[in-house]
Amino acid sequence: MSEKKSLGEKLTAMACPIPISEHPSVLMAHGGGGRLTQMLIERIFVPSFDNAPLRELHDGARLDVAGARLAFSTDSFVIRPIFFPGGDIGSLAVHGTVNDLAMCGARPLALSSALILEEGLPMEDLWRVVRSMEAAARAVGVPIVTGDTKVVEHGKGDGVYVNVSGIGVVPAGIDISPRKAVPGDVIIVSGEIAVHGIAILSLREGLEFETTLESDTAPLHEMVSALLAEAGDAVHVLRDPTRGGVASVLHEIAGQARVGIRISEEAIPVAEEVRGACEILGLDPLYVANEGKMIAIVAKEEADRALAVLRTNALGRFAAVIGEVVAEHPGDVVLRSRVGGLRVVDLLTGEQLPRIC
Amino acid sequence: MKFVDEYRNLDDAQKMLGAIGRKVRRPWTLMEICGGQTHTLIKFGIDRMLPAEITLVHGPGCPVCVTPLVEIDRALAIAQRPEVIFTSFGDMLRVPGSTTDLLHVKAAGGDVRMVYSPLDAVNLARKNPDRQVVFFGVGFETTAPAIAMAVFEASRTGLSNFSVLSSHVLVPPAMEAILSSPSNRVQGFLAAGHVCTVMGFWQYEPIAAQYRIPIVVTGFEPLDLLQGILMTVSALEEDRFGVENQYVRSVTRTGNTRAQELLAQVFEVCDRPWRGIGVIPKSGYRLAPAYAAFDAASRFRVTAVTADEPEVCIAGRILQGLDKPDACPAFGTACTPEKPLGAPMVSSEGACSAYHRYGRGLAHLKAEVSR
Repeated sequence: MSEKKSLGEKLTAMACPIPISEHPSVLMAHGGGGRLTQMLIERIFVPSFDNAPLRELHDGARLDVAGARLAFSTDSFVIRPIFFPGGDIGSLAVHGTVNDLAMCGARPLALSSALILEEGLPMEDLWRVVRSMEAAARAVGVPIVTGDTKVVEHGKGDGVYVNVSGIGVVPAGIDISPRKAVPGDVIIVSGEIAVHGIAILSLREGLEFETTLESDTAPLHEMVSALLAEAGDAVHVLRDPTRGGVASVLHEIAGQARVGIRISEEAIPVAEEVRGACEILGLDPLYVANEGKMIAIVAKEEADRALAVLRTNALGRFAAVIGEVVAEHPGDVVLRSRVGGLRVVDLLTGEQLPRIC
Repeated sequence: MKFVDEYRNLDDAQKMLGAIGRKVRRPWTLMEICGGQTHTLIKFGIDRMLPAEITLVHGPGCPVCVTPLVEIDRALAIAQRPEVIFTSFGDMLRVPGSTTDLLHVKAAGGDVRMVYSPLDAVNLARKNPDRQVVFFGVGFETTAPAIAMAVFEASRTGLSNFSVLSSHVLVPPAMEAILSSPSNRVQGFLAAGHVCTVMGFWQYEPIAAQYRIPIVVTGFEPLDLLQGILMTVSALEEDRFGVENQYVRSVTRTGNTRAQELLAQVFEVCDRPWRGIGVIPKSGYRLAPAYAAFDAASRFRVTAVTADEPEVCIAGRILQGLDKPDACPAFGTACTPEKPLGAPMVSSEGACSAYHRYGRGLAHLKAEVSR
């Protein structure tokens, strides 16, 4: 027995055989938007590429070029299935990058399209995806001005992967950054959460369940423009809570702005059908992916006006105040449960896995 | 949402808390058996809203936590075989064995799939006749009928490429083991509502009588738990013992007799080692001789290496209700969900994981709740 060893010695002697934070290989959870994704960013990408715009860790970078303020963003899409109720990988990719630009307060100017195709992909499918990208870009009013195509061997891809990059221009007087959240600010979500993630999950093999849910993928730039026109510099932070869901985005903001975030479970809009699916599957809607939704952190005095503007937009008709920024517990997100108890909303370690019973 | 919102109502919760506060006079230590109940208590912050006289300790009802390391190593050995499609509940995929876990086996090319039901695995076997489909089933009396049904179906239809690696444990022997321990501090139980939905609660009556202890069959929603606590505390304050049923909307004394018949047909009761606790007599299920052909461990002849549990990990004491997770010197420092030393930190139903995930140890929360 090791009674002579001190506790410290015991602790150092017994590293976990599989330290989840020090994986020898990439896991799916590294792309899940939770703690492992954050570790990749903090330990590999930021130290390697280190520069001022990157360090902002926003949805896109802001660049000052010849007197103009530009926003630049890129996003890759590997969704399966590639066609789903409410959209497809093409429209999703265009909306994703348009929204990343919008979250910088930018008006999108131009997009690129990079496709990685798997040998054997039906030409019909490629045609559908490309037409969908074109239609989505046209609806947004942004041209796709450059592109690239690569083909990988059969079995080495998943039909089609899409990358869309984009640039936009940030209007004068607009300064949106996750670091601008200050105590007293109000947190608004633009609609019902977790719809996209549950709609996609319902199509997965082994999990098929009947639902009328459709993905809510949509471009947010017009709603953002209207919000900025009305509430202007009262809008401190905009983020679209895609992978990792609302919980992960709020956690990131709390960390970057060194503020505390308080939310109320009761106030978070979740559609009945989504809540039902989450209850049955053992998932927390706060961590489920969204598309076509945003979180706005707004100065308290302008919160009513901001909410009113969002609600006049079709994409924001269920907008709601879900919480506030506080000075206490910087870096932590705390939720008041429906029965009045408090708990911390942390980043997920891995992917959200359903519980056994 | 119907059948959910009525059990998460703030006003009713406050009323129930008030009733508990008026009832309680002396300090009591209660144990909730099931990890799902622990999860609800911590997720909704209920334990911290209770009067100071009531201490809740968390029971052994976390299937992942009590599955011995050797079973997980067996699963990993089978999952690495090229002819195998290895299926399990999502929660099992992340549990580390001695050298790796199922997610890493998957990353290295193993065909590991999450399913929601063992019958999905049976369907996978039908669709893939050239592959061996294995279902890794762990759990209590709650999940056992679904595994039994899958084995029964596979047997009935002559499905030769399906097998199960089954590690099922039973609640009543574990409760007896806890109560008969000289260091026991549990004075009342919240029994696991879902286990009782299947098995009924008649099995608990002799335990309650022998140890003169109240056992309240309790559900999983916040108001279920508050009511279960009120019923247990009332019995203790009034010096009553016996079994009571809070979860009447789901549980009867006899339980689901069809499920029990199926369990008796497919399984037989055996002695079973519990991770962190040791062997408990007659506390597990193994496949009955008539169904032994569906046992994956013998089909793939897996011999497993046993690995020692980390010495500092007090998982055994936590699973028996002797300590709370934040009493462990490694909690939140050497042992976190990213780097777990013991199973209760890995499984989302594990008490350590629930404490960590929902931010136990943050002083400001404690201060605010007590205001």
